[in-house]
Amino acid sequence: MAYRVVILGGGTGGTLTANRLRRVYSEAEADITVIDQDDRHIYQPGLLFVPFGLASADDIVRPRGRQLHRGIAYVKSAIDHVDLGSNQVTLENGTTLGYDVLVVATGAVLVPEETEGLTDAGWMDKVFTFYSLEGATALEAALATFDGGRLVVNVVDMPIKCPVAPLEFCFLADWYFHERGIRDQVQLTYVTPLDGAFTKPVASTRLAGMLAEKGVDLVTEFNTGEVDGAGGHLAAYDGREVEFDLAVVVPLHGGAPYIGRSPGLGDELNFVPTDEHTLQSKAAPNVFVIGDAANVPTSKAGSVTHFEGEVLVENIHRYLAGDPLDQSFDGHTNCFIETGFHKALLIDFNYDTEPLPGHYPTRVGLPLLAESRLNHLGKLMFQWFYWHGLLPGRDIPGISSTMPESGKIPAELSGARKD
Amino acid sequence: MSTVTIAATDVELNDEGFFVQPEQWTEDMVPELAHREGIDELTDAHWQVIRFMRSEFLSKGTGPTVRVLGKTSGVSIKELYQLFPKGPAKVAAKIAGIPKPRGCI
Repeated sequence: MAYRVVILGGGTGGTLTANRLRRVYSEAEADITVIDQDDRHIYQPGLLFVPFGLASADDIVRPRGRQLHRGIAYVKSAIDHVDLGSNQVTLENGTTLGYDVLVVATGAVLVPEETEGLTDAGWMDKVFTFYSLEGATALEAALATFDGGRLVVNVVDMPIKCPVAPLEFCFLADWYFHERGIRDQVQLTYVTPLDGAFTKPVASTRLAGMLAEKGVDLVTEFNTGEVDGAGGHLAAYDGREVEFDLAVVVPLHGGAPYIGRSPGLGDELNFVPTDEHTLQSKAAPNVFVIGDAANVPTSKAGSVTHFEGEVLVENIHRYLAGDPLDQSFDGHTNCFIETGFHKALLIDFNYDTEPLPGHYPTRVGLPLLAESRLNHLGKLMFQWFYWHGLLPGRDIPGISSTMPESGKIPAELSGARKD
Repeated sequence: MSTVTIAATDVELNDEGFFVQPEQWTEDMVPELAHREGIDELTDAHWQVIRFMRSEFLSKGTGPTVRVLGKTSGVSIKELYQLFPKGPAKVAAKIAGIPKPRGCI
């Protein structure tokens, strides 16, 4: 009898897992089903460009089903819950699907309603987010008519998807207002709960320097307790306030709501406790997790999901064969950081090594932690690779899942400390 | 890293003031650790949060973030900031003798 593999979520992780598994198992060997509540697969890195008119909804959305190879079933439905005891998924309409292996790939969702005032008066009027297509599109219109004043970019709390994106937004806003000739009339401020511009020391120092060069004020350790859109200010729990004319807020994130309705599956924030090296869930041995849905201690980013794919599929295969799991996932993360003016920075790191300067993937490669036009082109070209290489489950020649070290300058020599 | 004497016992703290070896911690160190963080009067609510931090660390290997504390400790985030104005998760972690909560990646 064929194995039943059910994949929850048809985004980056679910799609590449399904396509990779389809190559490992014939249709006689395994039934593969992908479940998602809608048929809009959004290229999420593209959301950053929408507010600045550099990308539109049409450019970054494609049907989910079309990204799946032949022989993969696609079910469009919301998920009610998972029953780990009986190995069954119950859909919104009460239908149940049994599984031998379950893959949780439902990512992270925005929970703006958890922050006092955020979705009240002013939401989508003076307060926006670019983390949803609707928000990014509405923000484009608001920016187009913004002729000066205080623009505040605020991260409410970690974890968030793509922790560099709000910084990129600041850099692109600086460029955008320069191009419009009104940069001197716009006060840009980045307000973060972290104690620096970024989480990792060497990159944090470099990025803080870039904010300063571009005239973006940095407010740190600001734990946003309230967003008052009508009154135009953010309030921190410690009593500090930051005033704004336009706020771009990255709301709190959580795992998908059905995880909260599935006893034993998720944690307090509906993320799934997961072994950081094998990607097997801690909830049950036949449940695996990929991408933002997992609580593994690395960035919630598409590159992580991409690098996880290889180990995940190998481990599903080993689990079904009764073999010990591969423990080689190292938390590899790789992000292009748009810095405006046709340039970008590249960072590359894993669980143990913070982002360091040097070159990627080897000494003759893209510059790390340094601005270059080549990195910007890399970021633009990546969108093509996403649809035609990453989702189909192809590897990039010369790019391994584990983090390369050969082109990097060690932390001791780059003035870093290791946490 | 530095060695500090708390409640007549030598303990090792890292540069940020977190315990390097959480097993060196005992409950009678709490008043002195709290004093170092500017808290002179420990209420029942302080103790509730400190004990909760400690037990979460022992069962999960990391202390909770402020957001998780607000959801699970029985004390709201607003009250947590009243109890530990300089940042509930960090300060309570220092007083509870556990490493810096690993929420920020």
